[in-house]
Amino acid sequence: MNKTINQKAWFFVIPVFVLVAFNAAIPLMTVVNYSFQETFGNNVFAWEGTRWFKQILQSERFHAALGRQIAFTFIILLIQIPLGIGIALTMPKKGWGVPVCLILMSMPLLIPWNVVGAMWNIFALPDIGFLGHSLNAMGFDYNFTQQPGDAWFTTILMDVWHWTSLVVLLAYAGLNSIQPAYYQAAEIDGASRWATFRYIELPKMKKVLTLAILLRFMDSFMIYTEPFVLTGGGPGNTTAFLSIDLVKMALGQFDLGPAAAMSLIYFFIVLLVCWVFYNLMMKNEAQS
Amino acid sequence: MSLELKNVEKKIGIDTHIYPTNLKLEKNTINVLLGSTLAGKTTLMQIMAGLDKPTSGEIWFNNENVTGMKVQKRNCSMVYQQFINYPNYTVYENIASPLTITGIKTDEIRQRVGKVAELLKLSAMLNKKPDELSGGQQQRTALARALVKDSDLILLDEPLANLDFKLREELREELPKLFEDRDCIVVYATTEPSDALMIGGNTATLLEGRVIQYGKTLEVYNKPENLISAKVFSDPPMNIAEIKKTGDTCKFSDNNVQWKSSAKIKDGTYKIGIRPHNITTYKEGNNSVEIKGKVQISELSGSESLIHFTNGNLNWVSLSNGTQQKNVGEDTKLYMNTDEFLYFDQNNRLVNNG
Repeated sequence: MNKTINQKAWFFVIPVFVLVAFNAAIPLMTVVNYSFQETFGNNVFAWEGTRWFKQILQSERFHAALGRQIAFTFIILLIQIPLGIGIALTMPKKGWGVPVCLILMSMPLLIPWNVVGAMWNIFALPDIGFLGHSLNAMGFDYNFTQQPGDAWFTTILMDVWHWTSLVVLLAYAGLNSIQPAYYQAAEIDGASRWATFRYIELPKMKKVLTLAILLRFMDSFMIYTEPFVLTGGGPGNTTAFLSIDLVKMALGQFDLGPAAAMSLIYFFIVLLVCWVFYNLMMKNEAQS
Repeated sequence: MSLELKNVEKKIGIDTHIYPTNLKLEKNTINVLLGSTLAGKTTLMQIMAGLDKPTSGEIWFNNENVTGMKVQKRNCSMVYQQFINYPNYTVYENIASPLTITGIKTDEIRQRVGKVAELLKLSAMLNKKPDELSGGQQQRTALARALVKDSDLILLDEPLANLDFKLREELREELPKLFEDRDCIVVYATTEPSDALMIGGNTATLLEGRVIQYGKTLEVYNKPENLISAKVFSDPPMNIAEIKKTGDTCKFSDNNVQWKSSAKIKDGTYKIGIRPHNITTYKEGNNSVEIKGKVQISELSGSESLIHFTNGNLNWVSLSNGTQQKNVGEDTKLYMNTDEFLYFDQNNRLVNNG
């Protein structure tokens, strides 16, 4: 087949190039620029090579923040994915209950992130907040602004409240795409409820669940606004996840070089995990 | 062994899906439920299986009332239009699945699965997953799952509808053989009259939630009790026209075509049902009569020619063997085999065939 050569097509691609350059490539390159140099203000720079990267990778502060981040993401995934599937399984499949449930489920997703943080901050205040006050009245010594355990508990509870719905909606969509005949076939075979879930529902939800895990991983790994408003990273540094720590370093201490290096390392971690997930999903795709 | 529906009715809300139905299916028979979509075939099967309860009426199996008994307790299996298999089981595990639950020994399972797999030509792909198979093989796997269990009742709900033409033909020929030596009742739902004729056994014609007629397939085909049953059991659609009979002469009300009839029925007005293959471009039988028409559509389907034509105010469909090319708008002559005419009275009941 003869290909016609028409270079004019490139003109159609230019807008995308410009857009991507302005919103991704150029800002990223500034960060790359900072990460290899020391800045003294007034646009004076000194070359530092990989010093900042080494410093970050060896710093205990970064290790601690990364550790907290991984723990947080791991815990919320561990709660949200099974909980989301569980709720999706109990949701009605037809009738008036469907729109009611769907609207209720979408509600938390529609609230701006800083509002969620502020809401939970007030909700959990030990003296006047409904949650905080009730817990204390029940005899628990609860104070999320002073006790790390309580701060973690509150942050996780907030994230579960805010984001489980997303998993529910995805799982519900996955469940609804299963033809009734599958359930009948299982019923005829005499399969138990668990077997039906394990061998029909779960495999059929595989794709949406991979997507749900990926989305929840990325969002929680980059979480900033909600814990910033709720705890500000405290007490101490106990809820300072990667983003919060990064902002502290960049804007609080004005250590632009190390902060830029940390941003890039952070970025590569997210990119790496996304790449792994993407390949997993494509493998699933290729199978079916 | 027999399965009997006694006055079974199914309503959902104010909609009646099955009107009170009586049906008795005997041991070692294949029974075709023939009807268009929404005729109630699937609902009827689900009631037979126990997946669905009738609103009223009873289901008897082997002289035992099984109404309301759960499907797990009845020994039945079902194959669907969609290819339903466990997605992350291999073909072997899929076929074995109805047996593993019952706790049969592994050796026996292996032997039975092997036998069924061979019967359905699946031996080479026992270790594959369903989504690595073609549609035909997936449906064979589903069939194997239904056969491996030695069910008393095997329900096939349009099992060939999602297959392409060639695979459908192939599997349709094999199907009756699969059930030959089995001690079970087979129910086969389809929208295609040709499926029913191919499979044989008994046929029940269904329309809008009612069983119109039940009997031996050929009998239902040749002697439809009424016009509705005849219509359901005809594809392409049956031609219907009004006639007047005076003495032994019959004449269409709409045109001047007339013929001599030996039908022993009173003089008067009747409806005539003519299957498309009894109107042909060539003479067939000793008593054929000519009809003129203007060609509306002329199409080839395999080695048959379908010609739609108008005569007076009526549209006719004819089906001839061989490739008979006609031009649209052309005036043409066709022949009707009057021996095969079905005569219905004003209440649409069959009064004479041929």
